[in-house]
Amino acid sequence: MNGLQDSALSKLQRTGRYALELESVSRHFGALVAMADINLTVESGERRAVLGSNGAGKTTLFNAITGDFPPTAGRVRLFGEDVTDLPSHERIRRGLRRTYQISLLFHGLRVIDNVYLACRGISRGRFALRRPAIEDSAMESASNLISVVHLTDERDQLVANLSHGQQRQLEIALALAGAPRLILFDEPAAGLSPSERSELVEILQSMPEHIGYIIIEHDMDVALQVAQSVTMMHNGRIFKEGSPEEIENDPEVQQLYLGSGHG
Amino acid sequence: MKTQHGISEQLLAKGSPSLWLLLAFLLIYPAISNDFFTFQIGAYSLILGTISLSLMMLAGYGGMVSLAQLTVAGLAGYLMAIFGENSVGVMGFGWPWWVTSVWAIFLAALFSAFIGAISVRTEGIYTIMITLAIAVAFYFFVRQNYVLFNGWTGYAGIEPPTILGIYWRNPVPFYFLSLAVAALFCGAVVYCSRSTFGLALQAIRDNPRRMRSLGYNVALHRVIAYFLSGIIAATAGVLLVWFNGRISPGSVSVGVVIDILVIAVLGGLRHPIGPFIGAIAFVLLENFAIDLIDRERFNTVIGLVFLLVVLYSPDGLLGLWGKIRMRMMNSGKTGPNETRGEIGSKSADSIETS
Repeated sequence: MNGLQDSALSKLQRTGRYALELESVSRHFGALVAMADINLTVESGERRAVLGSNGAGKTTLFNAITGDFPPTAGRVRLFGEDVTDLPSHERIRRGLRRTYQISLLFHGLRVIDNVYLACRGISRGRFALRRPAIEDSAMESASNLISVVHLTDERDQLVANLSHGQQRQLEIALALAGAPRLILFDEPAAGLSPSERSELVEILQSMPEHIGYIIIEHDMDVALQVAQSVTMMHNGRIFKEGSPEEIENDPEVQQLYLGSGHG
Repeated sequence: MKTQHGISEQLLAKGSPSLWLLLAFLLIYPAISNDFFTFQIGAYSLILGTISLSLMMLAGYGGMVSLAQLTVAGLAGYLMAIFGENSVGVMGFGWPWWVTSVWAIFLAALFSAFIGAISVRTEGIYTIMITLAIAVAFYFFVRQNYVLFNGWTGYAGIEPPTILGIYWRNPVPFYFLSLAVAALFCGAVVYCSRSTFGLALQAIRDNPRRMRSLGYNVALHRVIAYFLSGIIAATAGVLLVWFNGRISPGSVSVGVVIDILVIAVLGGLRHPIGPFIGAIAFVLLENFAIDLIDRERFNTVIGLVFLLVVLYSPDGLLGLWGKIRMRMMNSGKTGPNETRGEIGSKSADSIETS
């Protein structure tokens, strides 16, 4: 997008300290340009918020990164490796995770089974015809993750019986499974009550330092509390990048996103 | 949608009295019935139930409704005639029975995996169409191919072996052979439904996209599910060709292919026991509907029963049974009793829609 980013891009190809690099990434749906010419770099361990109004291309950006809907042009690099042509599950095995705007969970299974499958997904034994034992390593990490997201009491409940807030928490547990290095959170606070929101902020802030994430969030309070840097998107393009303070105080951003009522 | 999956699960839980009662009944059944009921009703129901079980596994746990399960069973039957012995004078390599049956089951399961590989990228009605097309193509192929499949005539004289001095086509031994196979696979499906593979398969049914984003190769999982269900269908296919003693294009025609789907839906797709309940009902109707109504009309009776069951209980006879039990348990209590929750309700939804 600008000279500074271009030089950063060429440097990181040598150093590999970036978790994610997008180079001129675009996505068209027929004649509709959902996202055009996105250049974006996220450092390892960096926590980035992506802001923007509805239709700004935020979720399209996530889909391009994970391969759910691959970009129509441009290159995607994860941890220094070009993954543009890799299928979703291969990108996940390299340490990428995501959550979905609308919870995509396995409603016919128990909470523990959901997290267990997430832990098993990135390790061996996915095709085992034996039942997992309690002391199975993936089962153990699943139990730990359930307590991280405060769902221990719901361990054996069917997902269909969980409340909306609990399903959002489970959504996060699935993304934390294995050894994630970069997590994409798609509006994790959507539909949560104020107390559930503060619980979410606490979960995000207590995540180990080496895990970076990108978070799409409409709630500015949540986004600015958990992010170190902010990218503003508008009409499928990157509009502004900067620290939370810079973005919060930027007059153009206020005009565009916050409206005149906010300060 | 209310479901009774939980109740059937409870009734057949490990060590529950109803499970022991059921097993005891199945074991003494030949002693209290005649040859006709042991062989034509008992053994035949168990075989058809096992083929339908392979469909239940794919549809109930995997959300994939395949109409080619009987085709897989039929191929295994043909392979028994081709590699083993037959009385027609075509092919018939005369391999020992145990080599032939293992080989036939393996090849037919590979064929099932091949069907899976073709249809795995389709969903819902398209899976049904593709697998139906394969079933129809197989029917016409065996009808027109004389070199391998002996065309219209097919094969006859395919016999089960005599082991330990027992001729296994006699009603009582054959009943127990069918019972052993049915119980083995039914138990295996129940056990594996909570294995890593089984859980992953159900998760793929609920949400394939999310499974991809958890690092699973969804297509490969589905193809392996087809292979495993192929083993079940093919083993039942070997029993079926021993039961009939012959196989011809008529054994794999579209009518029979649909019967398997009718049996699975009639019994219920929620629990592995469902297909067997459906098979018993189907075989009884097929044999005795003639007594109730004109010979030409017995298919109408089967059709009407199927319609009634599907209309009043989307979960088949298994669901109907659960409903009645639930009503009995609830009578005397006040207010609605909904403690059972929505167990497995997603599975039915995804069978219908995905």
